[in-house]
Amino acid sequence: MSDFGSVTCLTIVAENVLEDRLLAVIEECGARGWTVSMAQGHGPSHHGVSGIEGGNVRVETLVTEDVAARIWAALESDFFPHYAVSAWAYDVRVARLARYS
Amino acid sequence: MDLQASLELALINLTSPPVLAFVLGLVAVALRTDLRLPDAVYQATSMYLLLAIGIKGGVALREASPGDIAWPLVATLVLGILIPVAAFGALRVLTPLGRIDRGAMAAHYGSTSLVTFTAAIVFLEASSIAFEGYVATLLTVLEIPGIVVGLLLARGLRGGGMGETLREVVFGRSVLLLVGGLVIGFLTGPVGYVRVEPFFGDLFTGVLTLFLLELGMLTGRQLSAVRQAGPGLVVFAIGFPLLAGAAGVVGGTLAGMEIGGAMVLGVLCASASYIAAPAAVRLALPEAKPSITLASSLGMTFPFNLIIGIPVYLLMAEVMGSWWGGS
Repeated sequence: MSDFGSVTCLTIVAENVLEDRLLAVIEECGARGWTVSMAQGHGPSHHGVSGIEGGNVRVETLVTEDVAARIWAALESDFFPHYAVSAWAYDVRVARLARYS
Repeated sequence: MDLQASLELALINLTSPPVLAFVLGLVAVALRTDLRLPDAVYQATSMYLLLAIGIKGGVALREASPGDIAWPLVATLVLGILIPVAAFGALRVLTPLGRIDRGAMAAHYGSTSLVTFTAAIVFLEASSIAFEGYVATLLTVLEIPGIVVGLLLARGLRGGGMGETLREVVFGRSVLLLVGGLVIGFLTGPVGYVRVEPFFGDLFTGVLTLFLLELGMLTGRQLSAVRQAGPGLVVFAIGFPLLAGAAGVVGGTLAGMEIGGAMVLGVLCASASYIAAPAAVRLALPEAKPSITLASSLGMTFPFNLIIGIPVYLLMAEVMGSWWGGS
C-alpha cells in the first residue's frame, strides 16, 4: 500500500455547451486528467439550453487541494453567476498518489 | 394557384407523418407521459439529417452551374445580415426586452432551422413541386451570418470572446456535417449517391418523423414559458416569420429561383435556429435568458412555420412568381 493517499475529487455538472470551456479551465488550473460523462437531471435554476443540446455534462477530476481551490475560484467568477452549474468536492483515497499531484 | 389547391396543399402538410409526429410529441407532454427519445438517439438522428441533407445538396450542387447559384447565394447572404437587424429593431418596438436579449433573439432569428427546412423539402417532394437541389447550400450559408450579426448587435464590436463563439458556430457539429456532406455529395456525384440512397434517401422521412416526435416534446416543455411571454413577444414570434419569409420569397424570386426554390428561401428566412444558435448564444451572451429565446423560437415560431407557415410561403412564392414572371 505504498503511495496511497488523499486527494480532492471535484465533480462539476453543467450544461454541455460548456464542456470545452470547463475542460480548458480545469487544465489551466493544473488538473492532470478528468473523466467526462453525459448526465441528465433537473436543477434549481433550470435555465440552460441542455434540453435542446442533449443533456448535461458531468466532469470529475482528482486533484490536490491547491488545484481544487483554483478551479473553484474560476467556477465562482466565470460560471456560477450565469450558467446552470452544480459542483461539489470531497476527499477520496487513491492509489498511486503521485499521478494526481 | 386557386384557394382549393392551396387548402389541399395545406392539408397534405398537416397530415404528413412528420407533422403528425410533432403533434404527438406535444400530446405526450400534455399527458405527462414518460416518453423520451434517448439523448444518443436524438444526437444520432440530428447527425443523420444534417449529413443526409448535405450529401443530397452536394450531388445537386455538382449539377448546378456557378451562374445558377451566384445570385441566390448573394440574396441569401444579404438576407442573413438584414434579417437579424430587422428582428433586433422589431423587438425594440414590440417588447420591453433589453439589448442583450434582443441580440440573442436576433441571432436565433437570423440563423435558420434545419428541421423546418427539411419539413419544407419533404412537403415540396410530396406535392411534386420542383425546387433547386442546391438549396442545402443556402441553408449552410444562412446558418452563420445571422448569429454573428445578432451577437454584434448585443455586445457591439468591443465585446471580447468572439473567437470562441465563432469557433463554436463555424466548426460546430451542424456546419461541419452540412459542409462535409456537401463536399461528399459533390465529389461522389449521382453515381456514388446511388449506393447510399437507400439509407440517406429512402429512410429520410421516417427519421425526420422520429426527430419531430422528440421536437414536439421539447416544444411542449417550452409551452409554460410561452404562457408567460408578453403579447409583444407572441406578435413577434408569429408576425416576424411572415415578414422575413416574404423577404426570402422576394429575394429568391428576384435571384431567379423557381417557385419551389423561392419558397424554400422564404422558409429559411422565416425559421429560427434552435440548435446552432442556442449553444453559440449561451457561450457568448451568458446574461441572455434562454427561456425567452427558446419560448419564442421553439415554442411559437417553429410550430407556426411547420403547421401553417410552409404552405403560406409556397402561396407567397406562387403569387410572387406569377407577378414577376408575368411582368
